[in-house]
Amino acid sequence: MANVIARAVAGVQDWVNYRAPGMMPAYRKHLSEYWAPKNFNLWYYFGSLALLVLVNQIVTGIFLTMQFKPSAAEAFASVEYIMRDVEWGWLVRYMHSTGASLFFIVVYLHMFRGLMYGSYQKPRELVWLLGMLIYLVLMAEAFMGYVLPWGQMSFWGAKVIISLFGAIPVVGDTLVEWIMGDYLPSDATLNRFFALHVVALPLVLLLLVVLHLFALHEVGSNNPDGVEIKKNKDASGKPLDGIAFHPYYTVKDLFGASFFMLIAAFIIFFEPTVGGLFLEPDNFLPADRLVTPAHIKPVWYYTPYYAMLRVVPSKLGGVCVMFGAIALLFFVPWLDKSKVKSVRYRGWLTKIMLALLAVCFVWLGKIGAGPGTDPVETQIGRVLTFLYFAFFITMPVWSKLDKTKPVPERVTMHD
Amino acid sequence: MANEGVNHGRRRFLTATTAVVGGAGVVAAAVPFIKTWLPSARAKTAGAPVTVDISKLEVGQMLVVGGNVPEWRGQPIWIIHRSDEQLAALPSQDPRLKDPKSENADQQPKYAQNAWRSFEQHKNIMVLVGICTHLGCSPKFHGELKPEPFDEQWKGGFFCPCHKSRFDMAGRVYDGVPAPTNLKVPPYKFADEHTLVIGVDPEGAA
Repeated sequence: MANVIARAVAGVQDWVNYRAPGMMPAYRKHLSEYWAPKNFNLWYYFGSLALLVLVNQIVTGIFLTMQFKPSAAEAFASVEYIMRDVEWGWLVRYMHSTGASLFFIVVYLHMFRGLMYGSYQKPRELVWLLGMLIYLVLMAEAFMGYVLPWGQMSFWGAKVIISLFGAIPVVGDTLVEWIMGDYLPSDATLNRFFALHVVALPLVLLLLVVLHLFALHEVGSNNPDGVEIKKNKDASGKPLDGIAFHPYYTVKDLFGASFFMLIAAFIIFFEPTVGGLFLEPDNFLPADRLVTPAHIKPVWYYTPYYAMLRVVPSKLGGVCVMFGAIALLFFVPWLDKSKVKSVRYRGWLTKIMLALLAVCFVWLGKIGAGPGTDPVETQIGRVLTFLYFAFFITMPVWSKLDKTKPVPERVTMHD
Repeated sequence: MANEGVNHGRRRFLTATTAVVGGAGVVAAAVPFIKTWLPSARAKTAGAPVTVDISKLEVGQMLVVGGNVPEWRGQPIWIIHRSDEQLAALPSQDPRLKDPKSENADQQPKYAQNAWRSFEQHKNIMVLVGICTHLGCSPKFHGELKPEPFDEQWKGGFFCPCHKSRFDMAGRVYDGVPAPTNLKVPPYKFADEHTLVIGVDPEGAA
């Protein structure tokens, strides 16, 4: 019997291989013979977790579109219908809304990992650039998704964010009308955001993720020691410090995924709004263009940039600073002049600068989520914005100045 | 591809012209798709200029476009027939205002960038978008020149009950209130002595 099954499997394999000879080599290149450094630590979970959340967003998203009505007149009621009347609709919707925030948590940690271990350095610049594009598309995707329920914060958030484009000289006002398809966020806006959120941007996102992974698999993964494992290979050409992605890291990532889903499940079942952080209270009220919420603010993952926008006294200046803060991230591979990748073998200066960046980002996030009326806070926000920019602009200097330790030949902390 | 005896100049020319013609085709084909995003005919009709008859608007009164008259682009439009007394009091408020000279060009058309924030030949008629520039609440009209609980030196104007922003009879914002800018003056023109058109600039003033 076993013989029959084995023969049948082998037969199918042969049949496919004959017609698509590139399939098995591709499987080997990306999974069973993708040699990943054996010293990955906790920080290396977030890439695979991001992929997991992406799958969650796509699956739950598909099911949400089956009940959601993308029209200004019906959107809010259809979301309430999903939450109250559709069997298990609340679960699907909370998985989607919680997934959005978790996506950003995972991506921010993933990016910080890259900064810590110099994963953007040569020859991985392309991996970093593609990752940054993913981050940009993700922000657009999340923004449009937040508009869809057509609650108060959907409407007013859209109005504020779209009106930012009005700060562009000459074409600003036309551009705003073009984006909205009306003179204020309306049915036309909601409908096109739906199309972009469920069709256009996910396609772009998937393509970029594939390119991100392909680019990574060309150069190979970096690791906490910043050691190029391809420099030390055995006779067969396999890196001495590398282990096959499958089965070793698929199994390890499965453990990470389980732990992550435990946290996600807790949020989804017990605290899906996370005290107004993941889902803002104002968005449980239907959009009303004549009543402005007392305090308009974006969801937490945009608040660091929103804080920068607010602390700059001029509108155009604020918009430039906000987009500049994101644009600077693209240049990191060329701003870092250090010969050493990992923070482990770099001096105290790099450690302090990285800590400073993290503090600035989180603190700005807190300021951006607040009402923005406290003048002292505005001053603090200006200092933090300055420091955030200083981190990047002075990077060529401090990354060069910083003392480095000798980088070991082989990965450490692992047999 | 055969590479011998090739006229490279002609090949380059053909490649370049194909690229240019093809590129132009792509751009031309993109135009309709980009244009689908512009406000549609229906949205434009809904956002079209609104004509208002002000022949019955007495001195000191405020007519609200959006009350019984249609609103313009989803915004309530206020039309106020200011008295000479109210106008005369305007300059006295200048030191207390954030932008007394209406220097923020976003908040009014050029022809309303003056001491009255209205047409010089019709300076008694004030037209405003009735939305507080702070957070979009609807300020209340307090036209009388008498001390009010919220301002001892009140010379008429608008008071927003949400966050206590104050504006004078020309919609100019007072200093020390949360609203950042003067109330917005929409584009408007006089079709004749008693007919206002909201949402369009007068001829030659665009």
